[in-house]
Amino acid sequence: MRRIGGNEKHRIELTVNGRKCGAEAEPRMLLSDFLRHKLGLYGTHVGCEHGVCGACTVLIDGRAVRSCTQYAVQAEGTNIETVEGLAEGEHLTVLQQAFRKHHALQCGFCTAGILMSATHFLKEQPQPSEDAVRDMLSGHICRCTGYDGIVRAILDAADTLANNS
Amino acid sequence: MKPVAFDYCRPDSIAEATALLHELGGDAVLLAGGMSLGPMLNMRLVRPSVVVDINAIGGLDKISRNGAVMIGATTRQADVLADESVLGEVPLLAAMLPHVGHFQTRNRGTFGGSIAHADPSAEIPLALVTLGGEVELTARCGTRRVPAAEFFQGMLMTMRQPDEMITALYFPRRQPQSGYAFSEVAQRRGDFAITAVACAVTLGNDNNLTQLRLGLGGIEDRPILADTSSFNGQSADSALATAIAAEISERLEPMEDIAASATYRRALARSLSHNVLEQAFQQARAVG
Repeated sequence: MRRIGGNEKHRIELTVNGRKCGAEAEPRMLLSDFLRHKLGLYGTHVGCEHGVCGACTVLIDGRAVRSCTQYAVQAEGTNIETVEGLAEGEHLTVLQQAFRKHHALQCGFCTAGILMSATHFLKEQPQPSEDAVRDMLSGHICRCTGYDGIVRAILDAADTLANNS
Repeated sequence: MKPVAFDYCRPDSIAEATALLHELGGDAVLLAGGMSLGPMLNMRLVRPSVVVDINAIGGLDKISRNGAVMIGATTRQADVLADESVLGEVPLLAAMLPHVGHFQTRNRGTFGGSIAHADPSAEIPLALVTLGGEVELTARCGTRRVPAAEFFQGMLMTMRQPDEMITALYFPRRQPQSGYAFSEVAQRRGDFAITAVACAVTLGNDNNLTQLRLGLGGIEDRPILADTSSFNGQSADSALATAIAAEISERLEPMEDIAASATYRRALARSLSHNVLEQAFQQARAVG
């Protein structure tokens, strides 16, 4: 059994965007803070810090989850993907390209979380209905776009991915 | 918003976890998916000295059949939603699970966590009460099973003792000539239900009502079962759905909060009850 004192710093090893890495954290450190402040991955945004807004969504072992309602210590040994892991250099993913094409972002604060959610969602539902996309988006708050561009982008990305395969 | 400093324990077995609870009692909180506890920790509404993370306990996320469908405490909501055989055996879960939080929270949120948190508007507690399921509690000295209707004691309050952990939930399987339906109204998709209604209906060969369990969430401080025994034996048609909905909604004592008045909750209970009853009657007739 793992047991760590409240003020004890403990080294956490995990895989982020395909690279093994690690840093120290005390048990109460949120995974979102760990990614940003310990690993320097500022692409993951922090909005509400209580699991409502979705800005901090990342993939843990392939699943889209909030990183603000988990603690870094819980992520030991997991495989995490953040928005920094999507594009390869200048080469955007199909989903990211669709976001650009459909003006699916304005200020961009919510975008990282939505991209991660949609990345997982499209693997589970490669050809979703508009209603299913909107249902998935209910887990995110965007105050700029009114969501229509985001919905169009995700549906377009699904079509492109289906045609590519 | 950051939680208070807490000691962290990650037991590998139920025995280790219950030994810890025996030692720590009320100073410890159990952390499963963290979809309810995480926000409460971050907002410091809960200030535990120890957090016991039960996610690493092997076998606690398994689903098995032993009469009822047994769902392990740390089973993720998304995993049940993706399990066609469980959804077929417990059709109420198929109707209800899409309303539990969001895609992103179901990926992490657990069945046991929702039951332990006991939010009066939560769907999983309502489903368990409606179906007459049971909660399995394990302490260092043994295991007991409590009927869901007794388990919930009030707003965020349950029969679980500080040295106990929820290890499994027992959902009764679908019955012949039965129908199951669920409906809720919330301010936004995936938000807390203002009112939620679930029902399990069994009809006789003459399409008369032989058994009805009608559960309501978000109305009182815990999920409740309406007393509908006086309607047994009557013809299960639209008029009966209307009559039941009218009578049970009059007897409720709905809470008031910022989202809705008692009058509105009563009106929702009436209209949602009517809808789920009609749907379940139809389903029960169709499966024959």
